[in-house]
Amino acid sequence: MSGISDARPLAIPRAVEKVAPPRPSSPRGMWWRHGLAILALVWSLFPIVFIISAAINPAGTLNTAELLPKDMSMINFDALFSDTSRPYLTWYKNSMIIAGLGSLASVFIGACAAYAFSRMRFTGRRPGLLALLMLQMFPALLAFVALYITFDGVGNVFPAFGLSTSPGLILAYLGGAMGANVWLLKGYFDTVPRELDEAAKVDGASHARIFFTMTLRLVMPILVTVFMLAFVGLFSEFMLASIFLRDVDSQTLGVGLWSMTKGNERNRLFGQFCAGAVLASLPVVLLYLGFQKQLVGGLTQGSVK
Amino acid sequence: MSPQDIQDTRGPKGPTGVDDSAKVTGLGYGRPSGTSPVWLTITKWVLIALVVGLLAIVAQKTIEQGAWVGVVIAAFVAMCVVVVYGTGRSVPLKYLLPGLVLLVALQIWPIAYTVATSFTNYGDGHTFSKQDSVDSIIANSVREVPNTPRYKLSVAVKEKSDPATAEAFYLLTDPAGTTFVGDLTGLNDLPAADVEKAPNGRITKAAGYQILSAIQVNARKDLNSFAVPTKDGGGIKRVGLSEAFEGKANVSYDKTSDTLTDRATGKKYVPLNARWAPVDGQGDPFPQGWKENVGFKNFQNVLTNDTLRSGFLKIFAWNFVFAVVSVGSTFILGMLLALLLNNAKLRGKGLYRSLMILPYALPGFVTALVWSSMFNQDYGLINKMLHLNVDWLGDPWAAKAAILITNLWLGFPYMFIVCTGALQSIPGDVLEAAKIDGASALRTVRSIVMPLLLVAVGPLLIASFAFNFNNFGLIFLLTGGGPFEASDTSIGSSDLLITYAYRLAFSGVSPNYGLAATVSIFIFAFVALMSYQGFRRTKALEDVN
Repeated sequence: MSGISDARPLAIPRAVEKVAPPRPSSPRGMWWRHGLAILALVWSLFPIVFIISAAINPAGTLNTAELLPKDMSMINFDALFSDTSRPYLTWYKNSMIIAGLGSLASVFIGACAAYAFSRMRFTGRRPGLLALLMLQMFPALLAFVALYITFDGVGNVFPAFGLSTSPGLILAYLGGAMGANVWLLKGYFDTVPRELDEAAKVDGASHARIFFTMTLRLVMPILVTVFMLAFVGLFSEFMLASIFLRDVDSQTLGVGLWSMTKGNERNRLFGQFCAGAVLASLPVVLLYLGFQKQLVGGLTQGSVK
Repeated sequence: MSPQDIQDTRGPKGPTGVDDSAKVTGLGYGRPSGTSPVWLTITKWVLIALVVGLLAIVAQKTIEQGAWVGVVIAAFVAMCVVVVYGTGRSVPLKYLLPGLVLLVALQIWPIAYTVATSFTNYGDGHTFSKQDSVDSIIANSVREVPNTPRYKLSVAVKEKSDPATAEAFYLLTDPAGTTFVGDLTGLNDLPAADVEKAPNGRITKAAGYQILSAIQVNARKDLNSFAVPTKDGGGIKRVGLSEAFEGKANVSYDKTSDTLTDRATGKKYVPLNARWAPVDGQGDPFPQGWKENVGFKNFQNVLTNDTLRSGFLKIFAWNFVFAVVSVGSTFILGMLLALLLNNAKLRGKGLYRSLMILPYALPGFVTALVWSSMFNQDYGLINKMLHLNVDWLGDPWAAKAAILITNLWLGFPYMFIVCTGALQSIPGDVLEAAKIDGASALRTVRSIVMPLLLVAVGPLLIASFAFNFNNFGLIFLLTGGGPFEASDTSIGSSDLLITYAYRLAFSGVSPNYGLAATVSIFIFAFVALMSYQGFRRTKALEDVN
């Protein structure tokens, strides 16, 4: 992958000696890289090992938690599911619904807008794109005071969309749906040849038909990427969720788990909290491991080039 | 959401409705002459009708609440939907409208509203208009008039509405057996034919109303301040669950002189700093103040009030340092690891990479909460493993260090991913050329790899800086902004501007939305300045096409 090894036969001997005499020739020269990499793994994994071992540690408090477990049991998980004052499964459901629906809607809105920006020419197109770029710099959470007051008022008229409701929070998240994703999506839309659209148009297909039956299928990879990035983002979002979701039953995993670490509860409920944290991490970790390529690609292109 | 778009461009174009895409492609072929299937047209109009119907319901509900702005907005959106989707006037708008409506309503409007709020004193005790504050003070001063009869009371809501939140009605029976219904606007007769009464006179059933149970009544905190106004300026208030008394207000308002007078004590109150304060300066003002425009006072406070200013500057400095050090440390560690693993001969690279991104894959709140437990002084893993006794979360400097360590752990995988990508895209012949010229490995990295890498990841570093500048979740969940000095509990030593603003608005005993909005404006301004600089450097704006 790196050019160094491919270049070796071409390089003059003196240079090879000077660069790194024995290293590339034998795997033995790799030991120091392995050593450092393992050190880095220890650094990146020890907190994760700690969470898991605390989750299966039957003692279940912070002061008894060890890096490596001496005992194993599922008692913390049982406590987690049977705790009626902390409805963990409801939090889980809320998180999945909010992140799932929120990111689906946000992908759809973004894809529609990207189609217009990529395929059509209209007055205000360039200023519109630039304005979206600018707005991206001002995430909705900076306007949290205004959002809180607004949704408090909305809740007086439509209780279903007020504070402490999932639809309300999803709506608040959707404000940034167009700004956040349009640039990434548009870039990919631009790579789909326009000739395809034109051919379809000659055959009598309308713009909507082209969009729904053709373009959306061709750009599926980026839709998947954007969906997952949005899902991960919304799933982990804490600030607006903590402001909006006041009732215990309406809370998401982030807000709920936070409430388990307040004050004296932190020590007492630590095992239960870690069990919850492990389960809460599963969806995102699985997404990452399963779709590493797409997510990594999305991350590196995510910012404006 | 909008299959209604399907097949809707067949109609003749309006004068301005140029089919842009056809114009640009320049092929100049005529519009296809086929017509859309009937079912599609029908579906489309059914959907439009549904949306408009929904908005009509919205308008209806907002009228009931007297929120006229809502009606105007609903009508405007409905009109847009009909014009955009019902006609072929503007094809791009068919795709942009949903996002645009949400963008305006939930991102641009909140920003504008934040600016507006920053010029007010909106906050604890200043939440409503001046008239409302007068009404509230008068209603609260209602005392039972001695020797007046009590009413029998049933609390009710309109039939089929939510007992917990719907507008409440008092169904009253006076000692003579006459029945009334009272709400916040006044008292009306309730025809005897419509009600059923218990032997003691209390109403048990009324047509069109749903009577609340004792539990439901107790659950409604809003009833404590509920009073049915009577004609002579008094009000009917609830005592217990089933009785109400008629009372008279002790406080009266004089419009011409703009003063409140308390008849019991004879004190006069005048407006002062958006509250009703005693005219002689003796005693406390009423807690119910009102919201008013204070101009630049909030901004002035932040910049000139000594405690506020020094606290604000302290937070700002740490906020800046935090963002810079976070980006710097994560980038250096991520880059070093990327360089380390970027070797064709190295085995097990895939495994290393997958494991190394795990910290980034954990949800941010889990990371922050777990690290906050690991930094616990008495039981935490860090102190236990390293045999230290550092008060990580209680000492200002240790707390800052704890935050930076956590953010390094949390953020380096991202930089690692990004740098790995950038390293792999550096062309091999450049490195080859360096080797031929006899450059050492270190020299190659310093003079060739680094500059190319920085060009590729530069914009991402700026984005990362902007993100960390407002990294609310990490700080809030790790240290809560603390530790706090005993002398000033409003400013924490690890606070970011955003956590400071949050605490001003939500966690304190007396929320101050106006000041919180002002701090937000400062963040806005700083972020704008920063991204402007960033964009000018990267020239991203030049090749928009």
